[in-house]
Amino acid sequence: MRELKILAVVVALTLITYWGVEPFAHSQMHPHVEPADYKFTDVQEDIKDVKALTGDAQNGAALVQANCTACHSITTEGFPQLMDNVSSAAAYGVVPPDLSTAGKIYSADYLAAFIKDPVKASKVEHKFQDGRVHPMPAYGWMQPQEIADMVVYLQSIAPKEMSNKEVFVDACQRCHGIKYGDMKGGSMAAKTPDENIKSYMGKLPPDLSQYIRSRGESYLHTFVNNPQKHLEGTAMPRVGLTEEAETQAIKYMQEVGDSKKEEREALGPKFLIYLVIFAIFAWLWKASKWREVH
Amino acid sequence: MAKFEKANSVGEWLDQRLNTTALTKVLMTEYWIPKDINFLWAMGVLLAVTFKILVISGIFLMMYYKPDVNLAFDSVNYTIMQEVAYGWLFRHMHGVAASVIFLIIYIHMFTGIYYGSYKQGREMIWISGMLLFMTFSAAGFSGYMLPWGQMSYWAAMVITNLFGGVPIIGDALVVWIRGDFNVADATLTRFFMLHVFLLPIVIMGIIGLHFYTLRIPHVNNQEGADIDYDEEAEKYLSGNKKESKVIPFWPVFISKDFAILGIFLIFYFYLVFFHYNFAMDPVNFDPADAMVTPAHIYPEWYFLWSYEVLRGFFFDVGPVKAFDIGLAAFGFANVIFLVLPWLDRDPAILPAHKRPKFFIWFWILMADLIVLTVYGKLPPTGINAWVGFVVATLFILLFLALPFVTKSDAKKRGDV
Repeated sequence: MRELKILAVVVALTLITYWGVEPFAHSQMHPHVEPADYKFTDVQEDIKDVKALTGDAQNGAALVQANCTACHSITTEGFPQLMDNVSSAAAYGVVPPDLSTAGKIYSADYLAAFIKDPVKASKVEHKFQDGRVHPMPAYGWMQPQEIADMVVYLQSIAPKEMSNKEVFVDACQRCHGIKYGDMKGGSMAAKTPDENIKSYMGKLPPDLSQYIRSRGESYLHTFVNNPQKHLEGTAMPRVGLTEEAETQAIKYMQEVGDSKKEEREALGPKFLIYLVIFAIFAWLWKASKWREVH
Repeated sequence: MAKFEKANSVGEWLDQRLNTTALTKVLMTEYWIPKDINFLWAMGVLLAVTFKILVISGIFLMMYYKPDVNLAFDSVNYTIMQEVAYGWLFRHMHGVAASVIFLIIYIHMFTGIYYGSYKQGREMIWISGMLLFMTFSAAGFSGYMLPWGQMSYWAAMVITNLFGGVPIIGDALVVWIRGDFNVADATLTRFFMLHVFLLPIVIMGIIGLHFYTLRIPHVNNQEGADIDYDEEAEKYLSGNKKESKVIPFWPVFISKDFAILGIFLIFYFYLVFFHYNFAMDPVNFDPADAMVTPAHIYPEWYFLWSYEVLRGFFFDVGPVKAFDIGLAAFGFANVIFLVLPWLDRDPAILPAHKRPKFFIWFWILMADLIVLTVYGKLPPTGINAWVGFVVATLFILLFLALPFVTKSDAKKRGDV
């Protein structure tokens, strides 16, 4: 009985200390943020006119091909990249995204808002001031119907299924490398060369190889959904991923950065079962030995 | 030369040459431990096992680790964690054991303080134990640097900087410790040497010493009772096991240790597989970057109390700089436990609940250490800084008061 009391004291002091240095300290150092907002509520007002209309993919095709393909490639539709990554990064500051999958990975509402005003939709107003302009001009002058058409077109050409890696490549890799994804081949470096992306963003965007361990899944979700929430003033734009695409991109980061997660979670219980058996035998041995002396 | 008969068994052959029968008696079957103990007396064996886990997992990690600033981070986080079969398991075991061993060290240490197991002949047990605490701390600190993440780098920066506060030779000392003007490749390589060679060897030596120091004064018991070991051992050996106040280390004492070890290992491996972030700080999964200071720099949890004593004195007093006051307090905190046997002026060996004033002192100390630990992690701003100041001051006052507190208990009892 006395031993149980002592144990209770030891456990209580350990837990109080643990609570203080882990959950409590982290809540003080990283204030709580609102959950991710995949509806992009803040731009709904701007795109009300577009959302009231039904888009026409055929019209959209003509509009996209007339307005977008000068800078953007759409490889799946026969519009290849006009310049290599190095040259286009030099021309635009950052490699422009290929639009083949845009209709799949970006939220339709976000796309409409982004076409109208890229700076506002991606929440980087603080970055494009004093004469600095976003490489993509705002298309707010277009008719709401035209924007609706283009969004529907982009959705119509997008693949139905994408692998986690494909989502990551299209959503993140223009700026971020994830070198553990291909340590030997080096194919997972950022597409925009370091010097260009550095001058475009103000600093070199981090390699994401270990972000699943250093930031963790829930932080990554709220951060990618709206980087300003955790890091006010960061140069990273809100990219407008759908919840599904964001989950896939983060899943890829886990496949690369915490590749043994499944193995770890499967092995754990087996270890613990053996240890429980060891503990039972140890207690039986102890009981038999102490019976003789008590 | 002694004359050797032909041996009839391997055991006998060894016994002739190594005297194994006598050795087993001395070390195991007739090494006497008091019977009146509780599970807190198992912490020594838990520590020995955890240290063994650290050595073995460390050997496996060393096969792939590269102590070079350009390779270290990837050798740990890519090669060991993603490529090597079960490399992640060894790293998690090593990282979590390094943290958990300090929990057990603290339990072991405060058990000793609570039951007064550091005085009246047990001073060397206490001192060798505190030397182990210091060498383990050095091992923990040097090991934390090896993955070369952001916390590795900045903790190294902050801690090596502390030596700059040593009068006159401070600046030169910092450069000498780092091997460079900055925390750099030379620093990493030498801390690697310390972590995998010098410190483990020294620790093993002191563990031997620590075991040896127990031989003459013997292990303490729950009531601090003075036991006549020869008489009690005789009772036990003559079959009067129930009446004897002692038990042999093997198999009776160790059987209880193993039972408690079983529970401990379940707890430990649960942490290894499912709950490891407390021991492997996420911030350290960002590669070291001299140009980016992390928003919050804090040491591992087991250093937080002394770190908070260091930070607690955050304002200059007259011509004395806050940094120097903090450093002096930090130095005080790190050596004061060593002289505990001489601060305790009560000659009796009794558990704290039989020493009324010391009992109160003990629990205030525990509360103070926990508050120091928690506030050692929080940003030292606003009210936090003042809480830190108060608990750091209280820590020092507690030790200054200890001689009087203990003397008063002894007087009341009529012992002095």
